[in-house]
Amino acid sequence: MRFLLRRLLRALLMLLGVSLLCFAFTQMAPGSFFDEMRLNPQISPETIATLRAHYGLNRPVPIRYAHWMLSLAKGDFGYCIAYNSPVGPLLWTRAKNTLLLTATATILTWLIAVPLGVWSASSRRRLADRFIGASSSLMISVPEIVVAVALLAVAVRWRLVLVGGMVSLGFDDLSLWGKVRDLFLHMLLPISILLLGGIGVVERHVRASVSEILDTPYMNAARSLGIGRMRLLFRHALPVAANPVISLFGFFLAGLLGASLLVEVVTGWPGLGPLILEATLSRDLYVVIAATMLSAILMIAGNFLADLLLIASDPRIRDGEAHAQ
Amino acid sequence: MRNKTAMCVLMIALVLVHLALLFAGFFAPYDPAAQNRDLSYAPPTRIHFVGSTGFHWGPFTYGMVKDFDGYREDQSQQIPLRLFAKGDSYTLLWVFHCKTHFFGADRPARLQLFGADAYGRDEFSRLLYGGQISLAAGLVATLITLAVATIIGTVSGYYGKWIDEMLMGSAELFLALPWFYFLVGVRAFLPLHVSPKETFLLLIIVIGVIGWARPARLIRGIVLSARTRNYVVAARAFGGSDFYLLRRHILPETFAVLIPQATLLIPQYIAAEATLSFFGLGISEPVPSWGNMLSTLQQYNVLVSYSWLLAPAGALVITSVMYWRLADRLHYWLQSH
Repeated sequence: MRFLLRRLLRALLMLLGVSLLCFAFTQMAPGSFFDEMRLNPQISPETIATLRAHYGLNRPVPIRYAHWMLSLAKGDFGYCIAYNSPVGPLLWTRAKNTLLLTATATILTWLIAVPLGVWSASSRRRLADRFIGASSSLMISVPEIVVAVALLAVAVRWRLVLVGGMVSLGFDDLSLWGKVRDLFLHMLLPISILLLGGIGVVERHVRASVSEILDTPYMNAARSLGIGRMRLLFRHALPVAANPVISLFGFFLAGLLGASLLVEVVTGWPGLGPLILEATLSRDLYVVIAATMLSAILMIAGNFLADLLLIASDPRIRDGEAHAQ
Repeated sequence: MRNKTAMCVLMIALVLVHLALLFAGFFAPYDPAAQNRDLSYAPPTRIHFVGSTGFHWGPFTYGMVKDFDGYREDQSQQIPLRLFAKGDSYTLLWVFHCKTHFFGADRPARLQLFGADAYGRDEFSRLLYGGQISLAAGLVATLITLAVATIIGTVSGYYGKWIDEMLMGSAELFLALPWFYFLVGVRAFLPLHVSPKETFLLLIIVIGVIGWARPARLIRGIVLSARTRNYVVAARAFGGSDFYLLRRHILPETFAVLIPQATLLIPQYIAAEATLSFFGLGISEPVPSWGNMLSTLQQYNVLVSYSWLLAPAGALVITSVMYWRLADRLHYWLQSH
């Protein structure tokens, strides 16, 4: 329990720090949303001053930070000036889509990469290992943007999948099965781009971790006792190898969220990515920090999840607690 | 031994790529910004050896004529390709004014190896000039990251205590933000419409500074362990100053980390620059970079019809695969030594 509490406290501290960091950036930014209005002769300086007062832009910084934190706590995430509404509702619909994409990609990546890594480690220096190793190092080294553009080109040219957006026109009229099918066809392209980006990293990590365990003296001892290869691998090696792999989860999530920003923009998936990009180009900074903040929250939550998994899988951490108590 | 040969080959290939891009003006047959509206989306020029009069030893090409459905070769006149041809003027290495290009074709033909973009600009020339920008962005941003990381990591590891706690705490903060969101977020707070030179500077500083956390943690670890070595303690007992100890005994140890880190960071930063420019947040027209050259492909009709505009993607793949392979090799090499 103490481990968990410590981690929870740390996550909260991180959130506080990230919010401070994000807010500091809004304050350091040159230019504001009303800059272009100032150039317009039909809008008087008084109007702009009133607008600034209305949106609270003329109040001192600590008070604005407090206000922002309050609206964060309420789930409003600040106020979007361009849409004249709280950022929250705008963000939630987009965040749901991003979450759908990244969660599916995460599950699929780990489902594919972990067995591949284990297989590769258990058949070291054989053909399968070489093949898996070569393809995962290729996957790691090709930039995500190239994968995205290339797959998009293939998909558009040969009309393999549905490209653009998340659902087709007339989605609401489809039957339940039709809806699922439509969503699936739209998801296929972004998911495959994310998979190509992620599998290599995870596979390599799993292989390194498992093969390190397989080389330890106690594994050799177990082997010499005549324990079968499969039992050795699944019963003795994998539980020990799980710890570093679970610890990778946080970094993996960071990479995945970044990649999904890119993928969403390229494939037109209505997630956080296109939102943050539009907001950046129109200098709607509250939306930008809200989206950045939300991505940080997703990531901290993911890290916390990894901690829970660590407790479940690693008796050293559990027992460490028992000793401490 | 095999590893060593492979590493040498990789290094040589990388150096060649960088040299080719450094001398982009010489290897590119045309000015990257020169527009040629008659040749909008012209396909790659074909190089012939066999013409109406039979086989020729010297390669030649034909002029392009616009047809009602695309481009056609004007086969009435064979135009030979030349080595060291005179063409658009350029400045080599930002100093020497030159007119000689490595290869070219006489007018009216244009030798466009990778075709032309929407404005009829030569894609091959833009690829070379764009490579200058993209690789320079990757290299300089990496230098910035490593400089910041070394300073922070050393201070943190050497002085310890509350400085260490504070610095490593903020490192964790930087690692808690998804890197790319953070990058776009920070970019959002900087002016969008400034001159290409300023954009380039802004971009490399943003990319470089944001990535400091992970290398700083590595360097801190090394400094921390180096600080307690016997010879360092001895040197301190003989009255060596902090600066002397750092310079003479501690910083040299960090090189073993810095170099592999650099080979890992460079391809990531090249990709980061390309992605930002692709989104229109980086280097802007008319200055080419691999990212903003790819950004025309966001239109589906361009993506489908003009496949030669994918050339920058190929260039990105080649350079980044080479850097990653080098990083791999270095990793094994350092492990075995």
